[in-house]
Amino acid sequence: MADRVTIGRVFRAESGRSVAALVAMFGDLDLAEDAVQDAFAVALRRWPDDGLPPNPGAWITATARNRAIDKVRRDARGNELLRTVAMEHREGDTMPDDRLRLIFTCCHPSLAPQSQVELTLRLVCGLSTAEVARAFLTTEPTMAKRLVRTKHKIKAANIPYRTPSDTELPDRLRSVLTAVYLTYTTGHGQAGSFPDLTEEGIRLGRTLRLLMPDEPEVAGLLALMLLTQARRRGRTDAHGELVLLRDQDRSLWDPELIHEGHRMVRWCLRRNEPGRFQLEAAIAAVHADASTFQDTDWGQIVALYDQLLTVAPTPVVALNRAVAVAEVHGADEGLAELDRLALTRYYAFHAARAELLDRVGSAEDAQHAFRTAVALAPDGPERRYLTRRLAQVTSSARPPSARPNRRAGA
Amino acid sequence: MTYYLLRPGRAVQGPPMSDEQMQQHVRAIRRLEEEMKSAGAWVFGGRLHDPSTATVVQADANDVLTTDGPFAETKDHLGGFYLIRASDLDGALNWAGQVSALIGASIEVRPFVDELTS
Repeated sequence: MADRVTIGRVFRAESGRSVAALVAMFGDLDLAEDAVQDAFAVALRRWPDDGLPPNPGAWITATARNRAIDKVRRDARGNELLRTVAMEHREGDTMPDDRLRLIFTCCHPSLAPQSQVELTLRLVCGLSTAEVARAFLTTEPTMAKRLVRTKHKIKAANIPYRTPSDTELPDRLRSVLTAVYLTYTTGHGQAGSFPDLTEEGIRLGRTLRLLMPDEPEVAGLLALMLLTQARRRGRTDAHGELVLLRDQDRSLWDPELIHEGHRMVRWCLRRNEPGRFQLEAAIAAVHADASTFQDTDWGQIVALYDQLLTVAPTPVVALNRAVAVAEVHGADEGLAELDRLALTRYYAFHAARAELLDRVGSAEDAQHAFRTAVALAPDGPERRYLTRRLAQVTSSARPPSARPNRRAGA
Repeated sequence: MTYYLLRPGRAVQGPPMSDEQMQQHVRAIRRLEEEMKSAGAWVFGGRLHDPSTATVVQADANDVLTTDGPFAETKDHLGGFYLIRASDLDGALNWAGQVSALIGASIEVRPFVDELTS
């Protein structure tokens, strides 16, 4: 039986393709969006009695197309457009998958990164405006306004509806991949919420993988998301508190996702065109490979971070590398690496420093660093974790000693 | 076709150019402008004199007040601009990228509301 939940699921799975097909026919985002929304409303009325049509996706596209034609017919200037549509798309034609064009338009680098994600969620993933609003912790009217502004820019600036040429592709693809990863990471801190943006990010990753099967960075991004997702259940305890990688119960990790992620990382290795996402996925794969934290092949991880630094030379990558260095060569080496970084406004820098200071027995400096980390951390599980750690090192601290001070950012 | 204004931001100040370098620079700009023309992208463009040559006019109900310009409140003074047409934003961005590389400044690309009439 086709209940509302089933219809909603089918709709979300199919609507991106329908919107993309309608934009290809009519060249208008708003018209396509509204028409597909109308088709959904019709489905909600009819499917509970009639049951699901044999090909729900084609049904939605055909219904939306008829709605759009009705709408255009009411507009005097639409006749020319209608003739073109009628010529190019006869009933019963198999629709080409236009989602790639839609994704490249929604994630055009001339749009702000968050606007790219919002519009992609609305048009490609088929989330309602209210759902996109909820994902970004804002109200529906505010989100509606933001979506209108983004679509207005696409129309006014004439952002094209096509996949980029070969020369444009690297820049454009980077923008798309970043938007998809931003979708995923936005959902990361919101476990168990609906809409689950981690799932939407992975779904987008799978769609891209299907539509661009030869792009190693597409595979790398999907692998990274799958391998990160695999550890999701181990990352928080029963009270929703953060559990660090070293303390996670690895039996909670999802073996199927790990298997799929590993297969994709191996495919990337054979391609031998390393990029940012592939290297991050490879690092995640090494972690997923280890049955215990101690078994982790840290030497391999440092080597991968070295490579990552050459393609993405950011202080945050260097920070993660320093943490891995500490596992291979000891906490002192790690601290020496950290002290070379200009990250004194970043809580994770102080947190990493605090852990290593605690390990080398500089309790007082560790406390100081944890205190700074707590002050800089955003509200949430990470700050609560750091607060607990601060309390631990404070209670186990010996009286102030004559140790030389090791303060950050000197 | 969409019409776009290409407007440079502040240039990164390099070492002053020799006369020879300046002439080469101007020739390179002319070449790019010729390319815009032969590609059908060129509508209009030009360099402006120094802001100290500007005059500001302000009309109110009774009078027109003329003062020494430029606008006191603007920080970035327009040194010149291009007005181009392109089939879409990507086409305009391509030209903007070439202009930016030549003049060493970022370029704001902004669409016009309607097709221009001339």
